[in-house]
Amino acid sequence: MIGIENYLAVGAALFVIGIFGIFLNRKNVIIILMSIELMLLAVNINLVAFSAFSGDLVGQVFTIFVLTVAAAEAAIGLAILVVFFRNRGTIDVEDINVMKG
Amino acid sequence: MGVADFAFYIFAISAVIGGLFTVVSKNPVHSVLWLILAFLSSAGLFVLLGAEFVAMLLVIVYVGAVAVLFMFVVMMIDVDFAELRGQMAKYVPIALLIGVVLLLELSLAFGVWQVSENAEAVRRAVAPDMTEVHNTTALGQLIYDKYIYLFQTAGLILLVAMIGAIVLTLRHRVNIKRQNVMAQMHRDPAKAMEVIDVKPGQGL
Repeated sequence: MIGIENYLAVGAALFVIGIFGIFLNRKNVIIILMSIELMLLAVNINLVAFSAFSGDLVGQVFTIFVLTVAAAEAAIGLAILVVFFRNRGTIDVEDINVMKG
Repeated sequence: MGVADFAFYIFAISAVIGGLFTVVSKNPVHSVLWLILAFLSSAGLFVLLGAEFVAMLLVIVYVGAVAVLFMFVVMMIDVDFAELRGQMAKYVPIALLIGVVLLLELSLAFGVWQVSENAEAVRRAVAPDMTEVHNTTALGQLIYDKYIYLFQTAGLILLVAMIGAIVLTLRHRVNIKRQNVMAQMHRDPAKAMEVIDVKPGQGL
C-alpha cells in the first residue's frame, strides 16, 4: 500500500534535485529556471499528497495558485533572459553585473 | 503489489529520473524534454492521488505552455551552451554536499513528523466523497465560492505577467520599413500619379 511517505519522498527527491541543479549549472540561467520549476513541482506534489491523504481540498486549491505563479514567473524570467541576451549577447550568470550589486 | 502500487513506482521513478536528467544533460533542448517527462509523471502521480483537475492543469499549463516557452527560448537565443558548461565539474562536490545535507534535513523532518490528533477537526474544506462529487466539481465549488478573491488575484497576476513579458521583449527597431496604414488610406491618386506627355525622340 502506497502511503503519504512515498509521495513525500518523491517530493523531497525532486526538491533536492532542483537545488542540485541550481548549484550544478551556475552559469546557465535557463537550466536554473528549469530547476526552480522542478522545486515548485516538488512543492505541488507535497501539497497534493497532504490534500489527498488528509481529505482537505485546500491543498489542491493552493496547488492551482502555485501553478499560476510558477507560470507567470517562468514567462517573466524568460522575457528578462531574452532582453538580457539581446543586450549583452550572453546568458552567463557571472556576466550579469551591470549594476555592480 | 497491485496495479496502483506498480503505477506509483513507475511514475515516481520516471519523475525523479526526468528531474535528474533535466539538470545534468548536456543539451538544453534535452533538458526541456526531460522536464516534460518529469511533469507528465507528476501528473500521473496526481491522478493516482485522486486530484484529476490539478493533474490535467499540470499537463496543459506546464507541458503545453511553460515547457514550450522554455523550448522556444532555448532555440531562439544563439548561445554556445557547451562553453557555459565549461566548469560544471568544479561545482559537482559543493552541489552534492548541499543536496545530501538538504536530503538529510528533510528526512530528519519527515522522521519525527506525525499527524496531530485534531488534524481532522481543523480541515478548512473537507473533500467530499469521490463517488458522489467529482474532484473537478468540488474544486470548482471551492474556488468560485470561498476562494474567489484569490482566484481573481491569480488572474491579475497572469495579466501583469503577460503585460510585463510583452513590454520587456517588444522593441521598435529604427531601420525597418513599417506599414503606415493612415498614409496608405489617405493616399490621393491625383497626387500620387503624374501623366507626362513625352514627345517622340526627346525623352524626359
